[in-house]
Amino acid sequence: MSEFLQFLFSGLTVGAVYAMVALGFTIIYNASEVINFAQGEFVMIGGMSSVFLLSAGVPLPLAMLAAVVIAVGIGLALHALAIEPARGASVVTLIIITIGASILLRGLAQVVFDRQFHSLPAFSGDVPITIAGAALLPQTLWVLGGALVIVLALGWFFTRTLTGKAVMATAHNRLAAQLVGVNVRFVLMLSFGLSAGIGAIAGVLVTPITLTSYDVGTMLALKGFAAAILGGLGSAAGAVLGGLLVGIAEAMGAGYVSSEYKDAIAFVIILLVLFFLPRGLLGGKAAERV
Amino acid sequence: MTILDVKDLAKGFGGIRAIQGLSFSLRAGAIHSIIGPNGAGKTTLFNLVTGLYAPDQGRIAFLGETVTGLPPHRLAAMGLQRTFQNLQIFETMTAVENVMVGRHLHILRGLLPSLFRLPSIVRSDRDARERASRLLDFVGLGTYAEIPAGAMPYGALKRLEIARALAAEPKLLLLDEPAAGCNAAETQEIDTLIQRVAAAGVTVVLVEHDMSLVMGVSDHILVLDHGQKLAEGPVAEIRANPAVIEAYLGTRAAEAGAVPAPAG
Amino acid sequence: MRVPLPSDDWIADPRRGGLALLALVLVVLPIFLPNRFYYDVAIHAGLAAIAVVGLNLLIGYAGQISLGHAGFFGLGAYGSAVLTGTHGWPPLLALLASALVVAVLAFLVGRPILRLRGHYLAMATLGMGLLIFMVITNERTVTGGPDGMAVPALDIFGFSLSGRNKQAWYALVALCLLLAVWLALNLIDSPVGRALRALHGSEVAARVGGVDVAEYKLIIFVISAVYASVAGSLSAHYGGFITPDAVGFLHSIELVTMVVLGGMASTYGAVVGAAVLVALPQFLTAFHDYEQVMLGAILIVCMIFLRRGLLPSAIDLIRARRP
Repeated sequence: MSEFLQFLFSGLTVGAVYAMVALGFTIIYNASEVINFAQGEFVMIGGMSSVFLLSAGVPLPLAMLAAVVIAVGIGLALHALAIEPARGASVVTLIIITIGASILLRGLAQVVFDRQFHSLPAFSGDVPITIAGAALLPQTLWVLGGALVIVLALGWFFTRTLTGKAVMATAHNRLAAQLVGVNVRFVLMLSFGLSAGIGAIAGVLVTPITLTSYDVGTMLALKGFAAAILGGLGSAAGAVLGGLLVGIAEAMGAGYVSSEYKDAIAFVIILLVLFFLPRGLLGGKAAERV
Repeated sequence: MTILDVKDLAKGFGGIRAIQGLSFSLRAGAIHSIIGPNGAGKTTLFNLVTGLYAPDQGRIAFLGETVTGLPPHRLAAMGLQRTFQNLQIFETMTAVENVMVGRHLHILRGLLPSLFRLPSIVRSDRDARERASRLLDFVGLGTYAEIPAGAMPYGALKRLEIARALAAEPKLLLLDEPAAGCNAAETQEIDTLIQRVAAAGVTVVLVEHDMSLVMGVSDHILVLDHGQKLAEGPVAEIRANPAVIEAYLGTRAAEAGAVPAPAG
Repeated sequence: MRVPLPSDDWIADPRRGGLALLALVLVVLPIFLPNRFYYDVAIHAGLAAIAVVGLNLLIGYAGQISLGHAGFFGLGAYGSAVLTGTHGWPPLLALLASALVVAVLAFLVGRPILRLRGHYLAMATLGMGLLIFMVITNERTVTGGPDGMAVPALDIFGFSLSGRNKQAWYALVALCLLLAVWLALNLIDSPVGRALRALHGSEVAARVGGVDVAEYKLIIFVISAVYASVAGSLSAHYGGFITPDAVGFLHSIELVTMVVLGGMASTYGAVVGAAVLVALPQFLTAFHDYEQVMLGAILIVCMIFLRRGLLPSAIDLIRARRP
């Protein structure tokens, strides 16, 4: 039982990160129908930037804040320099562009930072809390709490603010939103900035537990995507649910089956969802089928 | 003989019922038109008949066989072809290659002979190219044969789609607004073309907004409104039907008491 | 709108004129290769070109993306390595057997995932590539794991071709490349190729025209996987040693970049793209540190400013200048 609980804790921790990546996918996808393959890179940038700012003598809270700001800046630049100029291009073109952005950011991180694994000090120490024989790291609570705050803030933003409603309107019907005066270009820019920020926060929060390096983004993107489609692509609640489920499935798989092949679980989930549950758990847009 | 028989067909998208409880049958060897206001379900009906959509309920029979739910390529093999309201052209391919795709089911297409370009493929492709060229001549596009379709004018693309559909040797040809966006002269060419196609023994179903074209060329008209059958019958009958005039042409035309007479 | 006229250009008849020109270039090139290093670059470019010509059939002509083709390349490489090295099979037989296994695998994997479009297909192929990488890295007893494994020299009908024999390898790779290009050109200008280009242009119209779209996507996925597998087998024998890098995500992206750079839907463009991207890092030392940055930048810049790629754009330029 304590073993199961231990796996569950670790699953929830990584699951919260996948949920935040999936939220990033969802926000950009809703605004533009683009799947941003560089989504995982924002998590990496958040983690790596804080690590290097901290080692440069910047206090941790300030380093984390700066890391998120850097990621948002990169997200906005990605939109302005690579997405906006290719407006109206085919899906394949946009996939190649965001894949290009992903590899470009990885390459830059490798040059600007390095190729090592890095960690951050845990925010509230490393003394685990014991629950029913399973150890729970205080940092896990930070990750889960951070994810919860983001979800609540997004909920407030999308339903209570005019800008948030404009984003929702664009997601629902782009042309109609444009006709009633929504600046669709601004909405798209905003969604890239927002997704980048959320990704970076996830990166900052989880780095003390899982470590980070320049190349963690690709796998995170794959898992975040698995989470997004499991929940139902386009559904924010689905993204969170999907993220937690993928995280738990992975932790259980690693614990009870094979830790070497734990990364394969996300891929298996993608295939299973696409063939048996194309709308996902919470009924997002159906996976396009021939 | 009935070529197409539709029974109790229904199809909805979300809350909208595009087609509901539709039944009709079409006689082989005639020119049929389907008319109705925008949103009456004409294109949805074409998509259902050609297998691009699966109906929510109902049954479609083609040449006496139930074909409900069959994929488009299987229906094509049975002799069903169509053109598209919003053009579906292979833009990077030349005009003649576009038409050759229509020959797909009638030519040798084995993988290994294709890879090694065996004489059998060379012969069959040469034959396909000749037939395709003749079809381009038939629709009046002979001069465009070697030009990428993406560089052809809009009016020509409408006829290119017809040539491509004819290349498949259809028994039933569905034309979705072939004259949309065409000027009077081009519309006249389409009119002549439809009659020549029908004369060659192909059953034609026409969806068209140009009433003079419809009234001039059709043997039989089916009127749709809100996804249901409003009326059907020969041209004269439809022209005189008050419900049709009311629904399709609006009150003003009904007051004027006239449907435009066919040109020519 | 400018109407491109049919012309007597060599590209207008790619099968005869173009192939002769490629053969000429391949025959003449050694004159300009001063030493073993240059031969080595040319051989690597040729091997990459074989894989890229195949991948271009899938991406450029059929319009289906794959972000996992290094997986097939790697399976070919490791298949040959394991079968010849561990089990003592003749290299040619090992190459064919690996290609067959890759074909079967591509068929089995492709059947479900090719029913997906766009993002889903891209993500599914990416996952597939990572999965193959994972297996090759983890199964240490068979593949040597992250350390890689040695591969015996290529041995064809009693002639042993070690990687040190640059001239012989050059000739072999040139012949294989010509064969690869010839087959690709044949395919493109056949009913199969027309069906592929058609489904790229309009899937709906292709289906209505009688093309079994799912079947043709699967066919071309398998063919492109076999191209990658053969290129992988040859590379393994040439290099004499392989590591999981050959199977990695980055290599998949390199292959896609070569397609995009040379020109999607241009077989000769694929050869140019492969040659440029293999040669560049060799002569631009800065490229090594910035390899990923360069790849990413090339992908983005090509998709925004040079969507047709190097070769087709260059040909357009030449045609536009002619009276």
